[in-house]
Amino acid sequence: MNILTKWLRSFVPDIPVDDRQLAEDLTLRGIAVEGIHDLGPGNGHLFEMDITTNRVDAMNHYGVAREAATIYNLPLVPLDTALPAASPASQPFSVQIAPEAQNLCGRFTAQVLRNITIAPSTGQVAEFFALLGLKPISNAVDATNFVLQGMGHPNHAYDLDKLDGGIIVRLARKGERVKLLDGSERTLEPDDLVVADHSRAQGLAGVMGGWDSMITAETKNILVEAAWFDPASVRRSARRHGLHTDASHRFERGADLNACATANALVAKLILQSGGAPEGKLIDVVIPSVAARTANRPPIALSMAQVQRHLGATLDDQPNHSALTANLVRQYLTALGCTLSESPTNNLQPATFSVQLPSWRLDLEREIDLVEEVARVYGYNRFANTLPTALPVTAHPLAAAESAVRTRLLALGYSEAISSSFASEADGATYLGVNQQAAHGLVALENPLSDEARLLRPSLAPGMLTMLAHNLNRDVREVRLFEQGYLFNGSAEQVVELPSLALGLTGDMPPMPLHSAKDAAVFELKGVIESLLSLFAVSPEALSTSAASALTFVSDAPAWLEPGRSSTALLNGAPIACFGELAASQRETRKLRQPVFLAVLDLDAVYRLPLRRATARELSRFQAVERDFSFTFADAVPWRTIADAVHALDLPELTRLVPVEIFRDTKAGSASAGKYALLLRCVFQSNQRTLREDELSEWSARLIATLTALGGAIRT
Amino acid sequence: MRDAEAFRLRWLGRKQGRLKLISEAWLKSGPTDARKPLGIRFNQLKQQIEEVLTSVSLRIQKVLEGEERVDITLPGGVRAPGIPHPLLKTMNEIVAVFHHLGYSTALGPQVESDFYNFEALNFPPNHPARDTQDTLVLADQQAKPSRDRLLMRTHTSPVQIRSMIACAPPIRIVVPGKVHRNDAADATHSPVFHQVEGLCVDTNITFSDLKGTLDHAMKALFGSSVKTRFFPSFFPFTEPSADVQISCIFCSGAGCRKCKQSGWIELLGCGMVDPTVFASVTEARRKLNPADDAYNPAKITGFAFGMGVERIAMVQHGISDIGHFYSGDMRFLEQFA
Ligand SMILES: [Zn+2]
Repeated sequence: MNILTKWLRSFVPDIPVDDRQLAEDLTLRGIAVEGIHDLGPGNGHLFEMDITTNRVDAMNHYGVAREAATIYNLPLVPLDTALPAASPASQPFSVQIAPEAQNLCGRFTAQVLRNITIAPSTGQVAEFFALLGLKPISNAVDATNFVLQGMGHPNHAYDLDKLDGGIIVRLARKGERVKLLDGSERTLEPDDLVVADHSRAQGLAGVMGGWDSMITAETKNILVEAAWFDPASVRRSARRHGLHTDASHRFERGADLNACATANALVAKLILQSGGAPEGKLIDVVIPSVAARTANRPPIALSMAQVQRHLGATLDDQPNHSALTANLVRQYLTALGCTLSESPTNNLQPATFSVQLPSWRLDLEREIDLVEEVARVYGYNRFANTLPTALPVTAHPLAAAESAVRTRLLALGYSEAISSSFASEADGATYLGVNQQAAHGLVALENPLSDEARLLRPSLAPGMLTMLAHNLNRDVREVRLFEQGYLFNGSAEQVVELPSLALGLTGDMPPMPLHSAKDAAVFELKGVIESLLSLFAVSPEALSTSAASALTFVSDAPAWLEPGRSSTALLNGAPIACFGELAASQRETRKLRQPVFLAVLDLDAVYRLPLRRATARELSRFQAVERDFSFTFADAVPWRTIADAVHALDLPELTRLVPVEIFRDTKAGSASAGKYALLLRCVFQSNQRTLREDELSEWSARLIATLTALGGAIRT
Repeated sequence: MRDAEAFRLRWLGRKQGRLKLISEAWLKSGPTDARKPLGIRFNQLKQQIEEVLTSVSLRIQKVLEGEERVDITLPGGVRAPGIPHPLLKTMNEIVAVFHHLGYSTALGPQVESDFYNFEALNFPPNHPARDTQDTLVLADQQAKPSRDRLLMRTHTSPVQIRSMIACAPPIRIVVPGKVHRNDAADATHSPVFHQVEGLCVDTNITFSDLKGTLDHAMKALFGSSVKTRFFPSFFPFTEPSADVQISCIFCSGAGCRKCKQSGWIELLGCGMVDPTVFASVTEARRKLNPADDAYNPAKITGFAFGMGVERIAMVQHGISDIGHFYSGDMRFLEQFA
């Protein structure tokens, strides 16, 4: 909304500061001036206002002027509503509010004007419209808008000769049609409130007037309306018909019932400046029950003790004496339109006021609302900065685990990312989770942001893929990302939010002693999962057990991962993660130019585990002995089989068993087709003694025998 | 290299070397029968020193000639650690500031009911205040009563309600979290964003306590020279309500492009908890204990505040496009390594 300082100053002539300071002073009182535009010499400035939704009373010049008058403790010029002498009416114009509409239309004022002249606007109306950048139409139409801008109450002018009989404010009939001022034809519902004549609806009450009775160049006689309509009813109709008008904006936020007559008179007065005369006096229908709950609310009590209790110390306080005195409170609230009477108390107690509320401030209902007004006018920045006492801080139950996972992933070279909370239906059906559950738990949105965001994400994988693609499409080819976030599962009745982790990896990787460059990423992801789970006590009986024994890896994985190049990790037999290379079909769908690797980890299950507490073991004082063995195995014998067989020997002094290197290079003769060569390192150590050569030889022999039994051939 | 040569001249120099002087001073004045073995020992020692010196010089020369030399101007080599997300880093910093002020972390769900997100926070159904928070709603909710309908929370404030229903005062909580609105994305708006909420409820909590707390927090986050400024504002769940600005951290208040020449940057909203909110909480608590009176507004007061983490991180790092936060773009993240 725009405000002219020239217009403001016509209501408060003695504002002692320039326009820029005025803008600052208003803003610091919550009447926010967002922009200031110089309109040239003698024209003052145009303020772009941002008035909060509760302050409909300040969405006009007179309302802002009242704030200025309050700030500078100056009088506000009263509005002049005196009309020229009226000609007598042969019979008064008929205005009725239908019984079923009496809660929705609290007041309806109507004034008949005869023999008016439709002409271009002149004088102040023309001047202010030009400064506001509003397009003038005609004196009658401009008058209604001028009054709206000036004092804020919506109103309307009808071509009286187009009205059949009188006015009836009533609910619409289902299917009833009305053509509005914007030229649109609307079909009405039974809870749309209309202003009708005796034959048809002439406008949607509080939203927009009707086409049939609008002012034209031929209009000779006018009916001026200023009414009060129920906020919820106006809002309902405005929303239903997709109309947001200056009038509906104000009625929805609560208009001033007492302002109807004033607005009506101001409009009439402006129209009559070009000729014509009022006929009869103002027709004014008031519904007392509505008046009682709006303009005529009972007074409320305001105690200075409550002012102190809520607001605290000011910068200007003296010992035992607040600078925010009862006199200041009385001054502020009176300037804002309240009527205060001091309730009798003995001198020892703080003053208490009985406060009659202004009809234009429906946002004021309770003592706390008045406390806010006092703080606002006094100035928020004149209150002291104090601190409440601190309480002991309790850690959030998941904070330590979350932080441990995050720290480990950062240390492993994965950067933190945040992706969209939403997923497409296609991705929802494809990216099944760790447990490969069917897609029955998908949660859909009623009003999604786009077709690609119809679901709350059931997996973090699609979001991670989008981020990997984003990088690859910008020629960033080395990417390591993780996202720690929530996925959604459930129904329209209940939604479960589960913490989850996604890892994304792509880029060139060097070949490693145990695997080729092509496979390195799969094993890196496996390593990350092992590393993360090593942070937790994976079996309940032993808090310090490492993850290795409880964590196993199988080749089954969801279909969005490439078969044979992916895996599911099982913790104590239950799936906890899946990872591997993205399936070729998915890579093609997303047009990814190089292989990408993903992992998803069920953090909900992980976070149920306590963090592992390290228990130190005794470090041996005796020398460790390394023995390397070189074997050839058939490809059908996996490492797991070899490791299990060696562990089954149950050699207590065998402290480590390490696959050092694997050779598959048949050309170089290190292994023949279908076989691989394995360099195996065994580390023996005792905590009690130095190991003897004969026992080492015996253990080596048993090892060789065991591995030979698996089909291994020792190489020399 | 130069040091080795200086050492050699000082000790072994033919004319002024220390050893030469020593041998002249002592050997020649010593008893005759002792001179010969001493002289042999002396020459052996001299020879050893010369050998060491020669080998050191050679090694140094070799290195300098490049055989073992490293080109130390080449880039350092280390596997780079991952980069903490700038947004979450800022969020964690904000939370830490409030931890130090005695606030404990509380969290809540992203899918909320209308009751927690709106109704209990004094946004009545069909009220214009709801227009400011365009809401993403879940499908198939129409059959339910309004307060039970599920939606994506539009702010972290529902955690205030959840925490008060769960615990009697005193309360000091800080609530980091993700929120969603049905807003079109542009350089400064995202339908997904993050907030940090705070709530303090106790006997005798005042507006000046709210001011002091946020002034302290902003100084902790942006530096002790930062000033705060409070403006009246409107939120349905606080009264009085305020917007808070800090003096521009780029121009110290002189006015620059980043603060649109105002010298101030708007960072957060806050206010005293509205008694209506306490009433909603009491209504919910009385379903469990009909005699509950823990949130009687005559006995307790409180304040709440909330800030957009994206906005703060953008101010801290001079980020111009909010979309970078959700892209996973390594080129963006690497700047925060
Ligand atoms: Zn600046």
